[in-house]
Amino acid sequence: MPESPEVPPPAAGTVHEWLAVRPEGLLCLPGGFYIDPLRAVSSAVITHGHADHARPGNGDIYATAQTLAIMRCRYGDSCAARQLPLAYGERHRFGDVELWLAPAGHILGSAQVVLEYRGERVVISGDYKRQADPTCQPFQPVPCDVFVTEATFGLPVFHHPPIATEVEKLLQSLQLFPQRCHLVGVYALGKCQRLILALRALGYSKAVYLHGALVKLCELYEREGIALGKWVKVSEVGDIDSLAGEIVLAPPSALADRWSRKLPDMLPCMASGWMQIRARARQRRVELPLVISDHCDWPALLQTLEEVNPAQLWVTHGREQALVHRAQQLGYRAQALSLLGYEEEESG
Amino acid sequence: MEHFAALLDKLYFTSGSLAKGDLLKQYLRRTPDPDRGWAVAAIAGTLSFDLFKRHTVKQLIGERMDPLLFELSYDYVGETSETVAHLWPVSPGAGRLERLPSLGEVVAQFRQRDRAAVADYLVQLLDAMNASQRWALLKLGMRGLRIGISARLLKRILAEYGSVDVSEIEALWHGLEPPYTDLLNWLDGRGDKPDIGDRVTFQPVMLSCPLEPEHHHDIDADNWQAEWKYDGIRVQLVGKAGGKALYSRSGDDISHSFPDIVQAVDFSAVLDGELLVVRNGRIGSFNELQQRLNKKKPAKRLLAENPAGLMIYDALSLDGEDITALSLLERRRRLAQWLDAKAPPGILLSPILPFADFAELRRLHRRADQGGGNYIEGLMLKHKHSPYLPGRIKGHWYKWKREPMLVDAVMMYAQRGHGKRSSYYSDYTFGLWQDGQLLPIGKAYSGFTDAELKALDKWVRGHIVARFGPVREVEKELVLEVAFDSAHTSSRHKSGIALRFPRIHRIRWDKPAAEADELATLKKKSNLAG
Ligand SMILES: [Zn+2]
Ligand SMILES: [Zn+2]
Repeated sequence: MPESPEVPPPAAGTVHEWLAVRPEGLLCLPGGFYIDPLRAVSSAVITHGHADHARPGNGDIYATAQTLAIMRCRYGDSCAARQLPLAYGERHRFGDVELWLAPAGHILGSAQVVLEYRGERVVISGDYKRQADPTCQPFQPVPCDVFVTEATFGLPVFHHPPIATEVEKLLQSLQLFPQRCHLVGVYALGKCQRLILALRALGYSKAVYLHGALVKLCELYEREGIALGKWVKVSEVGDIDSLAGEIVLAPPSALADRWSRKLPDMLPCMASGWMQIRARARQRRVELPLVISDHCDWPALLQTLEEVNPAQLWVTHGREQALVHRAQQLGYRAQALSLLGYEEEESG
Repeated sequence: MEHFAALLDKLYFTSGSLAKGDLLKQYLRRTPDPDRGWAVAAIAGTLSFDLFKRHTVKQLIGERMDPLLFELSYDYVGETSETVAHLWPVSPGAGRLERLPSLGEVVAQFRQRDRAAVADYLVQLLDAMNASQRWALLKLGMRGLRIGISARLLKRILAEYGSVDVSEIEALWHGLEPPYTDLLNWLDGRGDKPDIGDRVTFQPVMLSCPLEPEHHHDIDADNWQAEWKYDGIRVQLVGKAGGKALYSRSGDDISHSFPDIVQAVDFSAVLDGELLVVRNGRIGSFNELQQRLNKKKPAKRLLAENPAGLMIYDALSLDGEDITALSLLERRRRLAQWLDAKAPPGILLSPILPFADFAELRRLHRRADQGGGNYIEGLMLKHKHSPYLPGRIKGHWYKWKREPMLVDAVMMYAQRGHGKRSSYYSDYTFGLWQDGQLLPIGKAYSGFTDAELKALDKWVRGHIVARFGPVREVEKELVLEVAFDSAHTSSRHKSGIALRFPRIHRIRWDKPAAEADELATLKKKSNLAG
């Protein structure tokens, strides 16, 4: 559910000399393309593969090769009329506009969109984080005139602990309850694979069991050279009771549905930045909340702002008001940019 | 303190009473006195003092935090303790504690310090803690713990812990005080059962379940007794050799507000009934009773104008004899005899309503619907053979409330909810027409489905006309059919009226706002002066 900004957004139209907010999304006027459009357009740049940013049916799409691979995996080969891969740092001209992509550190293939036009540089960060993540290249701060940032966790209450601390909690729980099947809700793209690598980094070498909805993307990650260790589809486990004391990963929706009831003495866990808020965890009946996020927490948002040091900050989806307020206190020109349609739940 | 915080964290997230019980029993076994007793008190909500005031916490965080950022965080998180727990910035150069003090030590320290020293100690602890420990401390200190353990469940867990019958715990409970050292030692088998003797104590009351259509065919005249359900305050009147008291249904001692009732007690009994205004044998409205509530020292004039009385429907003991194990039929017979003999002033016996079959009950229910003299809110149906049991136990007592009243009101303002609802506009203020103007009459937060909430939220977002802090004024276009139990006069509202239990009954997307109800119509319907 997207949030409506508390600070009145600029009316739809031109928010800047050469960028405009349209019902379809953010439009680069001299280049004639959209960034992460919400509706099908003839030309688009896609920051990353999450469903609220990468939608099918566009004409030309520009994105990293990995993002294009993710889109093909999700929507099929016809996910767009023409797929135009760009490597990080590779420049592409749309008339007088120069475009290049910089790593965003969010998920495999995620990118910031850097636009340069008449001596001005605008960076649209898409979703990003600053914590280490072996499944993708780390976020690269690009100094710029206008920085467009998300604010999914844009409140000072949000502090994401290091992933190792949270995964350690999961391992301790397995020791404490060796007969319980630990079902962890994870987003299929990014969170799932990052969690598996974090388990491996802590020496967990047993097989990890996967809900069917996670399999295709795990295979894709492995094709992209990210080894996940041994994993098994739950549907291929003969004796379901043998999952006692094992880790099963599934999309968050599966935590509450029928599917999870067959697991032996299931202990519901969830890996998401939202898990820091008790009511959120309890609302989903999560008994072991794991605060693992692929977005920036509050300190990381402010750290990035300082490093990028833009003349203007535009805050898109999430908790805009707090970040705009803090940025203004720090002396930045900041405003909320109303881009409805990006969802907080999808990519937490 | 670490163990207490870890216990609360686990209890909070664990679902299932069995698992919660195991966690608590394990804690009781491993934790020394008085720590474990303070933990029990915190969970049971029986601490009788704040360790520190909410105001102190707000002040401390206010000195350390931008007010808007705090407000936005609070709006999102939904409660003070957790917001402060996450936001607390460790003081620069804080003299760090080596180790957190024990729970008993924390309680003792706070109790012996004066106000300024309380704040210093609180800062010291918060600086030394992680977010979940801070949450536990703040919940403990401001007595706001809710971790899904009811008083009833807690007593059951204690009974299991000590292998005693839960009724023994029930009988002792209100005569004991934190940190419950005697009780726990007895449960451990290391001490005698605590003696509470003639102490005047509250005993948990028996509660009813709502009557659902599927219960209708169970109700027959042979096994069931019908009474009016009175629109007053459920109370327990206790007279013992050791003293006398009037308790609310949650066990609060409200004797000071009702000297007219308590002074007249010259007997030994525990009576269960409804507190009402009774003037020369006639029952007054809830509105009149309301003027008597929360008055620490009611004025003589108020006592004379709105004299309190009791409509008694049950007894837990009479002349010192516990009769809770007897059937309702037998308790009622003894109660009637006893009241006849004593004839205490201001105490009435709730009449039994004769009925032959369910059709007759339905007619009685309809009578309650038609106003019921302003003090009846439905029917009570009680199984004649049921013993008196504390808490809400299925199949013994049913309440059959009268149909709610309905009014078509116009949404005027909306506000975000808290906690899990913090991303939705879920609290609505609505009003009725008077002379072409809307006057707010109440607020509702419930009654709608999740899908309706989403639709309402979307509508609000598209119709905002002004902002006042967290409040959004909306275009006066959407009609809400609001259900409520009754309406009363109120000086706090500009409309002069307040609703009890208002909730959204239906969203009238189809109805033009101009056709919503007039305030005068509502007043007439509720027999309130215009
Ligand atoms: Zn996003
Ligand atoms: Zn994303």
